[in-house]
Amino acid sequence: MSTLSVALTGNPNTGKSTIFNELTGARQKIGNWPGVTVDKKVGVIEHNGRKISVIDLPGTYSINARSQEEQVVSDFFKQNKPDIVVNIIDASNISRNLFLTVQLMENGIPLILNLNMMDEAERHGIKIDMKKLEAAFGMPVTNTVGRSNKSVRKLLDVFTNAVMTNYKPSELINEHIEKIRNIERSGLAAAKVEEEIISARYDLIDKIMSQAVTVNSAGKTLTDKLDAVLANGVSSLVLMVAIFYLMFQISFNWIGQPLADLVGEFFDETLAPSAAEAMAESGVADWMQSLVSDGIIAGVGAVINFVPLIFTLFLCLSFLDGTGYMARVAFVMDPIMRRAGLSGKSIMPLVMGFGCGVPAIMGARALDTHKDRMISILVTPFLTCNAKVPILALFAAMFFPDNAANIVFAMYFVGIAVAILMAKILGATTFKGQESTFLLELPPYRLPDVKTVLLEAWDKGKGYLIKAGTIIFAMSVMIWFLSNFNSDGMTEDMDTSYLAGIGSAMSTVFAPQGFDTWEAGAAIATGIMAKEAVVSTIGILYGADEDAIATDSDEETEETAQTLLATAMGGAFTPLTALAFMVFSQLYSPCMTALGTIKKETQSWKWMGFAFVYTCAVAWVASLLVYQIGKLLGFE
Amino acid sequence: MKLDETKTGMTVRIDSLDESTLKQRLMTMGLIPGTRVEILNSAPMGDPIALRLRSYNLAMRRDDAAKIHVTQIN
Repeated sequence: MSTLSVALTGNPNTGKSTIFNELTGARQKIGNWPGVTVDKKVGVIEHNGRKISVIDLPGTYSINARSQEEQVVSDFFKQNKPDIVVNIIDASNISRNLFLTVQLMENGIPLILNLNMMDEAERHGIKIDMKKLEAAFGMPVTNTVGRSNKSVRKLLDVFTNAVMTNYKPSELINEHIEKIRNIERSGLAAAKVEEEIISARYDLIDKIMSQAVTVNSAGKTLTDKLDAVLANGVSSLVLMVAIFYLMFQISFNWIGQPLADLVGEFFDETLAPSAAEAMAESGVADWMQSLVSDGIIAGVGAVINFVPLIFTLFLCLSFLDGTGYMARVAFVMDPIMRRAGLSGKSIMPLVMGFGCGVPAIMGARALDTHKDRMISILVTPFLTCNAKVPILALFAAMFFPDNAANIVFAMYFVGIAVAILMAKILGATTFKGQESTFLLELPPYRLPDVKTVLLEAWDKGKGYLIKAGTIIFAMSVMIWFLSNFNSDGMTEDMDTSYLAGIGSAMSTVFAPQGFDTWEAGAAIATGIMAKEAVVSTIGILYGADEDAIATDSDEETEETAQTLLATAMGGAFTPLTALAFMVFSQLYSPCMTALGTIKKETQSWKWMGFAFVYTCAVAWVASLLVYQIGKLLGFE
Repeated sequence: MKLDETKTGMTVRIDSLDESTLKQRLMTMGLIPGTRVEILNSAPMGDPIALRLRSYNLAMRRDDAAKIHVTQIN
C-alpha cells in the first residue's frame, strides 16, 4: 500500500507540536521551507502495517499569507493534496481556533477536527458536544489530551481507518461557502470584501458555537491568578529579572559551566597530549603535528567548550517557552523596548545575545514585522556575547587592575547603549515609516511536555554545533596556516608570517585610535572569524606560553595579565589605548558564524555586508572618540 | 468610548473598528463588532493591555486599541 500522507495544521499554542512529537518521536526530520526561515518538520511512522508520513505545518491563525508561516501553509495546500488533514484545535479556545477551520473548509480541504486539551476546556467551563460539532461541519471530530500518549496513539487508528470520502461538508458549511462567493462577486473594494468575509466566518462560528458548545463562567483561573503577579505592573519586571537571573545561573554557573569545564579538561589534558604523542610516535611530519595540535584541536576544542552552555541555555528557554511565560516577558517589556524603537517580542532574541549572537539572530524570526526583525538582527552584534568576555576581562585586569570589574561592566553598558542608539537611528532612517505592532496571544500557563522541550533544545543546539563546528574548523586551519607560513613556505618567525602582513595592513587604520601595532591588527582580523581568537592571537603573538593564556577564572585572568604585562604587550598599550581597543572589540563586526546566520536569516548578501560595514564603522568612530577625548582630558 | 480609554475590570462590547492596516488582523483575531471583551491587566506603565475575548487572552498596545470603538456593558 502507498504511504499515507497526513498534515497537521492549527493555531499557535494548541499543543500541535506536542502531538507531532508524540506521533513521530525522534523519527522526525527538520528542514526549511524553500525561500523562508520557517522550520519544516516531517516524520515517517508505521502503524497497522501502513507507512504514514506526517508533516507538521507551522502554527497560524489564518491562511491569508500575511506572514511567512501563513504563506507556507497557504502554498502547501495549493500545491499538495494530503490524504488526511488534521486540524488541531485548542478546545479551551475553540471560537478563535475555528476561524482557520472555516477558512480551510472554504478552500475545499477535507478535515479531521481534533479537539486537544478538552480537560483544560472543561476546567474553564467550556463543554463541547463532539457529535453536534461533527454534524455542524459534516467532518469527523476526534479528541486528545495533550500529554497522554494513549490518546495521541488513538489518532493513528483514526488515520488508517478514516475514509475521508465518506464525509461531505454539511448544509451549513455549503451555505456559508455560497455566502462567501457572493461577497467575492459583490464588486466591493478588496479590503471591504476581506472584512465582510472575516465577519461572515465569525457569524458562522457563533452559530456553530451556539449549537455545539456551552460556555459557563469558571471564575478566576490559575492563569488569571499568575498573571496578576507575573504580567501586571512593576512587580512583573522584578520577577522577570529574578527568573532570568536564575536561568543564567543554571546555564553559566550551576550546570552548563561545570559541564563545559569537564569537556575543556578532556580536550586539554587527554585528547591533545595523546594525539600529540600518537603523532610523534608514528612519525607524522612536523607541520602536520602542528596543524592538528595547535590548529584543529585547539580551535575546535574552543567551540566544543561552548556546547554544554548553549544546550543548557536552550533547555531553559524551551521550558520557559513551553509554560507560556515567554509571551508575558514580551508583554511586560514592550513599554521599555518600544521606547528603544523595538517591540516587546525582541527581548527574547536580545537576551540570548548576551550568551551568543547566533541563536539571538535566529530568534528574531519570531518577530511580527520586517522592521522589528531587521532592527533586532542588526543591533544584536553590539551586545557582549560570551566570546567577548575574555577580551574585556583580560584587558581590564592588565590595564585597570584596581577597577577591573567596573570597566567590564562599563563595556556591557557601552554595548547596550550603542544597541539602543542604533535601533533608534535605524528605525528613524532605513526602516522609517514601516510599521511596528504588538499583537500577541497570551496563552494559558501550562506545564510543558518534557519530550517537546528536549527535542526543541536538541534541535536548536544541534544547529549551533554543526554551524559553529564546520566554520570554526575551517577557520582554525586558516589561522594556523596564516601564522605559520609566508610566501617562502613555513616559517618559525611569526613576525614574517602572512598574519603579520595582514596585521600591519590592518593596523594603519587604527593610527588615530593609538593601537596601531601589527599584533593588535592581527588580533582584530582573527576576531572577525571568532571573537575567541582575539585573546589567543594576542597571547601567541606577544610570545606568551600558550598554557599561560587562560581567563576561565578571576585568578587565572589575573595571572595571565601579569604574564602578558611582562611581555612587549605591556608597552604596546597604554590604559587609554587599551580602553579604545576594548570599545572597538566590543562593537565591531559580528563573527563569521554570526555573519553567516545574518545572511541566512535576511536572505540577503547585501544585509550581511551592511551588518559588517556599519558595525565596523560604529566601532571605529566610538573607539576614536574614546581615545581622542581621553587624550584631550589628559589621560594616556 | 474607545478601547484604550477603558480600565482594568471593565467589560465592553465592540461597536466598530477604524480603518487601518491592522484592521484585518484584529478582525482575524476575533475582534468583530458585537464581540464581548474583558479588560484584564496591563504591563508596567499601563501599556500594552491584556484583554479576554472568545475565551482567550490577547495583548495589544493602547495605540492600536484606540482604533476600536466600544460600549461598556457592566
